[in-house]
Amino acid sequence: MAESENIVVETAEKIFADLADAQTINSDTTGSWKAPLWQALSEAGLPLAWVPDDLGGSGASLAEGFGVLNAAGRFAIAVPLAETMLAGWLLAQAKITSPDGEMTVVPASPKDRITLNADGSLSGRARGVPFAKAAKHFAVLAHGNGGISIALVDAAKGRIEAGINVGYDNSDTVTLDKVEPITIKPAPKGFDQTTLMLMGGVVRSLQIAGALESMLDISVRYSNERVAFEKKISKFQAVQHNLARLAGESAAALAAATSAADAVANATSFDDAVYLEAASAKIRCAEAAEKGGAIAHQVHGAIGFTMEHILHRYSLRALAWRDDFGSESHWAVELGKRVAARGADELWPLVASR
Amino acid sequence: MTAALRFDPIRLPPECEQLRKEVRAFLAEEIAAGTFDPNKPNREDTDAPEFSRRVGAKGWLGMTWPKKYGGQERSFLERYVVTEEMRVANAPTRRFFVADRQSGPVLLKYAPEHIKMDILPRICRGELCFAIGMSEPNSGSDLFAAKTRATKTDGGYLINGSKIWTSSAHIADYMIAIFRTSPPTKENRRHGLTQFLVKMKQPGIEVNPIGQITGQFEFNEVVFTDYFVPDDHVLGEIDGAWKQATSELAYERSGPERFLETYYVLTELVRAVGDKPDTRSAEGIGRLVAQLHTMRRMSVSVAGMLQAGKEPVVEASIVKDIGTVWEQQLPHRVRDLAAFVEETASNRETLEKQLEFALRTAPKLTIQGGTTEVLRGIIARGLGLR
Repeated sequence: MAESENIVVETAEKIFADLADAQTINSDTTGSWKAPLWQALSEAGLPLAWVPDDLGGSGASLAEGFGVLNAAGRFAIAVPLAETMLAGWLLAQAKITSPDGEMTVVPASPKDRITLNADGSLSGRARGVPFAKAAKHFAVLAHGNGGISIALVDAAKGRIEAGINVGYDNSDTVTLDKVEPITIKPAPKGFDQTTLMLMGGVVRSLQIAGALESMLDISVRYSNERVAFEKKISKFQAVQHNLARLAGESAAALAAATSAADAVANATSFDDAVYLEAASAKIRCAEAAEKGGAIAHQVHGAIGFTMEHILHRYSLRALAWRDDFGSESHWAVELGKRVAARGADELWPLVASR
Repeated sequence: MTAALRFDPIRLPPECEQLRKEVRAFLAEEIAAGTFDPNKPNREDTDAPEFSRRVGAKGWLGMTWPKKYGGQERSFLERYVVTEEMRVANAPTRRFFVADRQSGPVLLKYAPEHIKMDILPRICRGELCFAIGMSEPNSGSDLFAAKTRATKTDGGYLINGSKIWTSSAHIADYMIAIFRTSPPTKENRRHGLTQFLVKMKQPGIEVNPIGQITGQFEFNEVVFTDYFVPDDHVLGEIDGAWKQATSELAYERSGPERFLETYYVLTELVRAVGDKPDTRSAEGIGRLVAQLHTMRRMSVSVAGMLQAGKEPVVEASIVKDIGTVWEQQLPHRVRDLAAFVEETASNRETLEKQLEFALRTAPKLTIQGGTTEVLRGIIARGLGLR
């Protein structure tokens, strides 16, 4: 997908540039930027980009939506755009119409489980649900006796304990106690919680890759401005080599995330190959968030450690995004088990198949 | 944005998968026939001239070159598949690898027609081994400090001086080398070096093996004493080698050989932990596989961009930087995990032997073909830092 040819991504980028400038947001203590940003995104049909027209959305392709989320990462967007897109995508799997307004997905961790009770109500607890407090509706994946179901739930029916993640965004605990869903339908055959976590992981990978691109960009710019020992710090070899490593981490994240997004966008099912792509992206992007973010801060010195500076908007969010939809540790164990189960001589054929 | 790095999610086209099957079948036959043992990675001092000819007969050498020079006019992505399958199988590629990857393309670009017609078809048939004469005793990463002289004489040049760390010089038929034809100028310290095609195994050339810490004798010192090179063996512009050295580097830097050199220890670790690994082993393997997959996707992406006529110079340097650091760390990470492998694992001895070799090999991986420091300098330049 060539970004310059992609009108959906360009539209999103324009809105981000106009209404989500990092410096402006960082200086704003009132949060007054949120409403106009969300309104503009909604008017452009972006929160429901992955929902077909007949289910209330704007019917963009998976690839276009992934492009939007990579851009959202570059701007470290702190409204539930990714979460609403994912929720709309999840509901659309079961042909459930998406409502307007902010949504998020429940659960957001492979460890948590929501149960579909015999009476048709939903119960369970989900930790680390991004933007649950801001959401008007939840898209819920539930396990019942008859298999997996997907449900639309009024957020007001759940109990929400607000939490804040490393990146200062809401990451909340949602408890459903015999909650009646607005709509509930069976998930399509083969669709399970792992599918949702892999998809969420690809989304977070793209956001991390985007944030790293911006970290590289602002670090390079800063190093060309800041003078120390009577020269620009970009002229010091130690700084150059650090930035080259940051470029490497940013490149690895970008390659892993866009490859996984491409794999999902063209997949007919979440098979072993898509699993390899999606899990690898989350693992590698999480590693890059750590290594790359540390370098970006090192280059900036003390100024980058201040709330006043925009760097933390990218660096801390990239770290926080590692935790959603299964951490890199979780996916590494699961991928390792799969590789071991396939056997040593099947490892290379799997890698080479991508 | 100051740095727009691109890694498009390029996939290998369908013709590559058919080719991959053919390469795997060929390699399986060679292994069955005893040509090489895939469990023995110390192929570097294994010279396999007959294998080289059989690979040539398959049409897998110079496969991207024009047909009139013996090539197949196939894509760089197809060549990529052949390269990675050979590498993963630990096939003995030393005899043809440099000629196919590097020397052939240089000749294609800069050699006179009659030399191309003479040499390129022989490379394609797997008959010729090439070496690269770059480093000198006081000139390694600093290529333009080379001092070995080429002095003009009737009908050619007389070479005096020496090259060092020259891989395969002891078996090579030719070397592509840079020699000093003029002193550097004040304005341009890179000026004054010329690229030459050098026929090996001739009077005036002495090849002295140098022992490596792996126990192998794979690189050499090459001493030239009044060695004559005819005029038509000059490759490209006199005094202008610096303009020629960079264009091919993207191919050289981003191939699968830049992260697969120690891959075998990962396969063997997976074999050793069995089909039900404990959490620690699973986590370790999962991370390594994720890193490997990412490296390969980056490398394929660069290959695809090259095939499409783009020049991803910075991207290629990034692939080599993080690829070689990764393949250097891999044996150490595998060793960490191997500490928990059961004593009774059936391949324990193979794994230990391989680790021993890989741990000895690892230090060179971030030095050969352009050090990490040089690569990071190139990346920094691409980022607009210098």
